Amino acid sequence: MSKVSEVFESMEYGPAPESDKLAQEWLESMGRQFNHFIDGVWFPGSGEERIECVNPATGDFLASVLQGTEADVERAVEAAQDALDSWIKLSGHARSRYLYALARGIQKRARLFAVLETMDNGKPVRESRDLDIPLVARHFSYHAGWAQLLDTEMPGHEPVGVVGQIIPWNFPMLMLAWKIAPALACGNTVVLKPAEFTPLTALLFADLCQGVGLPPGVVNIVTGDGKTGAALVAHPEVDKVAFTGSTEVGRILRTQTAGTGKKLSLELGGKSPFLVFEDADLDSVVEGVVDAIWFNQGQVCCAGSRILVQEGIAPALETKLRARMETLRMGDPLDKSIDMGAIVDQVQLDKIRALVDQGREEGARVWQPSWTVPEGGTFYPPTLCTECSPTSTLAQVEIFGPVVVLMTFRTPEESVQLANDTRYGLAASLWTENVNLALDVAPKLKAGTVWVNCTNLFDAAAGFGGYRESGFGREGGKEGLLEYLQPGWIKKGSREKPFGPKSAEGSGIVREEKGDAGARVAAAGSLPPVDRTAKLYIGGKQVRGDGDYSLPVKGRDGSLVGEVPRGNRKDIRNAVEAAHAGAKGWTPRTSYNRAQILYFWAENLDARREGFRLRLQEIVGIRRRDAGKEVEAAVRRLFGFAAWADKYDGMVHHTPFRNVTLAMPEPIGVMGLVCPEEAPLLGFVSTVAPLIAMGNAVVALPSERWPLLATDLYQVIETSDVPPGVINIVTGLQEEMVPTLAAHDDVDGIWYFGSAEGSEEVERLSTGNMKRTWVSRGRHLNWWDDAETGGEPFLREAIQWKNIWVPYGE
Amino acid sequence: MQVETRMVRKEGQSPGPTPDHARNPGIPLDLDWLRDVHVNRSAVERRAATLGTRRSVKKDWQAAWLLKAITCIDLTTLSGDDTPGRVRRLCAKAGQPVRQDLLESLGVGDRGITTGAVCVYHEMVETAAREVDGSGIPVAAVSTGFPHGLSPLPTRVAEIEASVASGAEEIDIVLTRQHVLLGDWDAIYQEVSAYREACGKAHLKTILAVGELGTLKNVCKASLVCMMAGADFIKTSTGKEKVNANLPVGLVMARAIREFGQRTGYQVGFKPAGGIGKAKQALVWQFLMKEELGNGWLEPSLFRFGASSLLSDIERQLEHFVTGRYSASHRHPLG
Repeated sequence: MSKVSEVFESMEYGPAPESDKLAQEWLESMGRQFNHFIDGVWFPGSGEERIECVNPATGDFLASVLQGTEADVERAVEAAQDALDSWIKLSGHARSRYLYALARGIQKRARLFAVLETMDNGKPVRESRDLDIPLVARHFSYHAGWAQLLDTEMPGHEPVGVVGQIIPWNFPMLMLAWKIAPALACGNTVVLKPAEFTPLTALLFADLCQGVGLPPGVVNIVTGDGKTGAALVAHPEVDKVAFTGSTEVGRILRTQTAGTGKKLSLELGGKSPFLVFEDADLDSVVEGVVDAIWFNQGQVCCAGSRILVQEGIAPALETKLRARMETLRMGDPLDKSIDMGAIVDQVQLDKIRALVDQGREEGARVWQPSWTVPEGGTFYPPTLCTECSPTSTLAQVEIFGPVVVLMTFRTPEESVQLANDTRYGLAASLWTENVNLALDVAPKLKAGTVWVNCTNLFDAAAGFGGYRESGFGREGGKEGLLEYLQPGWIKKGSREKPFGPKSAEGSGIVREEKGDAGARVAAAGSLPPVDRTAKLYIGGKQVRGDGDYSLPVKGRDGSLVGEVPRGNRKDIRNAVEAAHAGAKGWTPRTSYNRAQILYFWAENLDARREGFRLRLQEIVGIRRRDAGKEVEAAVRRLFGFAAWADKYDGMVHHTPFRNVTLAMPEPIGVMGLVCPEEAPLLGFVSTVAPLIAMGNAVVALPSERWPLLATDLYQVIETSDVPPGVINIVTGLQEEMVPTLAAHDDVDGIWYFGSAEGSEEVERLSTGNMKRTWVSRGRHLNWWDDAETGGEPFLREAIQWKNIWVPYGE
Repeated sequence: MQVETRMVRKEGQSPGPTPDHARNPGIPLDLDWLRDVHVNRSAVERRAATLGTRRSVKKDWQAAWLLKAITCIDLTTLSGDDTPGRVRRLCAKAGQPVRQDLLESLGVGDRGITTGAVCVYHEMVETAAREVDGSGIPVAAVSTGFPHGLSPLPTRVAEIEASVASGAEEIDIVLTRQHVLLGDWDAIYQEVSAYREACGKAHLKTILAVGELGTLKNVCKASLVCMMAGADFIKTSTGKEKVNANLPVGLVMARAIREFGQRTGYQVGFKPAGGIGKAKQALVWQFLMKEELGNGWLEPSLFRFGASSLLSDIERQLEHFVTGRYSASHRHPLG
């Protein structure tokens, strides 16, 4: 029987191989032995060690790359630095031309990039061809646009400088584009280290950079493993580190860069929920699961790996999923009829196997299709695990493979609870035909991206990045640009001295308690003053400190002007708890309402301006006129952030799908705040106001030196309708409390205005939950300047962007 | 490596209305089922858009799939100027859709490959039936006031009876769109039940006219009601609406067929019609069938193309496969 006749009966799919001929030819032409790409040329490197790149689907050797040494990194950073000045000085339009050329260059070699990516990584060529590489071109094209518009659209901003970028192996070329395109658009130069498993497309990209005549040193590619990456991160001349990879490594990078002043953006792991409500289109949900967890063999940081389905429809969904798994096709990733290719490396395959075995032991039911996986490569079948609960290992850890767990919920409220019951917060997907439900649930999910009735959609115009331990920073959209820019004033001078009126020396908290508490003696013949007892302000109540110790505060003449409680770690604990309770009611309030409360606060402060003026004079020891100015500035600042409260708008991004992509600024949550020492009133107001304007709750440690301004202020706060728990004030010694606050795993972010050492400590201690940090590193901000401390730079740090994709069409 | 895991059915080598599955007798109208219908258009479109990019058949496989597609074509002429001569030509082509020398080269010369049916207006049924007599090729008649379906109900029923009496073995009826648009599912059910009864042994294909139903949800509901009323096939379009067969619609209908089969055990066929003129399109429709319903829906007993120009494109592709040279339409006999 002829083959045609045979197939006419069986109606099977046959082989449909994509040719690797041109990719092999390119590798051949490079001698299958690559050097680093530094300063516009192939640089032989200082070490002998090489890494072999292997096709994971076949085990075939593809090429070898260098294991980058410290000296290689040094050379690359030097090249990037040398290139920086002239790259910055180029007009935005000129940079735009380069980026445009890169975008076009990628399009012109699209198939070569796609085939090479598939050979190196093992992902199906359908994905590299239809998703990865077109998105790469899109990113360069989109950012060519930003380069063009930067001067007019982002005035007052400067590039960060030399950026060290480390990317993972799951989307090698796409992650390169996410990193390099915005960096270059904003005028930075880069040293990029691709993953050791998948460096080849980055080297092909280097070839392209040469081809389009990109100035030498603007893009440098150094190959190697984690050691090379560590050297790059540690390099003192690297101004920013951008990393995509595991939370484990992200944590190390946060620790390593603590206190160095390096800007850091981290896109880390995830255990993203996939919520299915009872009115969802279940057949479409099934295809959603295919795209969520069996896309790229599940090696996707935002993979929808936890299906949460409404209990009543769980059996129906499970049946459909199991049937669908049978029709997935696994095999040679260069075959055009393949849904799933190979796992990137044996190491990863072993990890997946071990986790699934563990899940089985813990009682999970493990469903896999009846077909067997191909031999000869690192293949792992699509896997569905049922009878799991949130306590199961499989439901908690990131597997980074084609393994999904299915659990149930009863109500929308419970779905949110379960969805958020994770340390991660990268993405979420939710499926319902009810727009009310979708738009109710989406903002409640702790995730940087929420896909409604879709999943794993990406675009250069939409920001992508995590909440919680999934990292911080965004890639894509206008919000992503800010990772590669900084306000112009950041670099101007070291600002070791505070702005504003010079304060008297020697006043403030006395660390060693020598003075006696009764020092405020009454003048002869008059009544003694009524004792004023400052307290902590926690959960809307004035409370005594847990430790029942006080610290004296002295005025300009050295006389005792009051005492404040010496807060301790338990007070911090209590304040954080109170702040969570406060945030619950505060976050959902309308921004108009928050604005009204800030205005009311301003109104009440203004009514008592005379009292605050006198206090500033008495305690800080500044002149009457300067004290008056500070009170006035504080009132103005409150007006400023009240004004901003309902104007720091979200965006609708123009992503190329029929949908609205809503970019929403959301509060970070409970924020730790270490207020600046100087300007005890204005500094407190300037830092608390933006945080609460954006919907956060705050645990504030006021100026250590002059805390009485803040404790005086709580009476004003109380009368201004600020709900309990939204602002909490804990006085005391910062050295005793900051570590507790910075390390607290239920504090979502922390602002620190203080010394370089303190900044280092805050960043270092933040890694437990990877909270967002914003530190001043001993530099003083100009609290009197509205542009610097009264607006966007602060608001930006008070929110995190969530992108909600809502496709439409009946 | 790939293990075919779908239901394996007996290969239907000869086309015709003698399927190897039990005819769908219909079930009582179930309005609760309709209330449960959820169709997300964007998600359906995304899936539809990747059907053709996730699968590809090459070389011998492509030739075999295209030959199979030919056996599923309802070779159609529905023109006001049809004459017996024109219809005789069409029937001849249906009996020998591909040059015998090409079939020999492909090693399928002895398979008796014909199209799935010929499809004509009632007026031409007799002529067609005479022409295909003995070939096993059924004659399908479009009926019930095709394409608008707005003649009086007794007239429509009588038209079916007349076509069956003239030798039609398959009847393609059209729904009354206003019943769908008004949500009067009972009226649809009654109408289709009456047609089914009038068909007798002839198979009933119900044309939804998807281009005039407004939403994919309506397409899904209409599909279900037609199957509840005993349709043997559900069909997308008359070919006369502004929007005809497209993949999202096909996906929704295929899923409705699957759901109906799972709940009732009855297999219902699918026929996309209108706008399918290229071999490549045919392959994507076949992928859709195989992926969503299984291999049974690649056979003419459960799958048909309503097409007039598709065959000519497939012939050229087949010749290209045989000779390695691109072909020309005048090298293939006209239908």
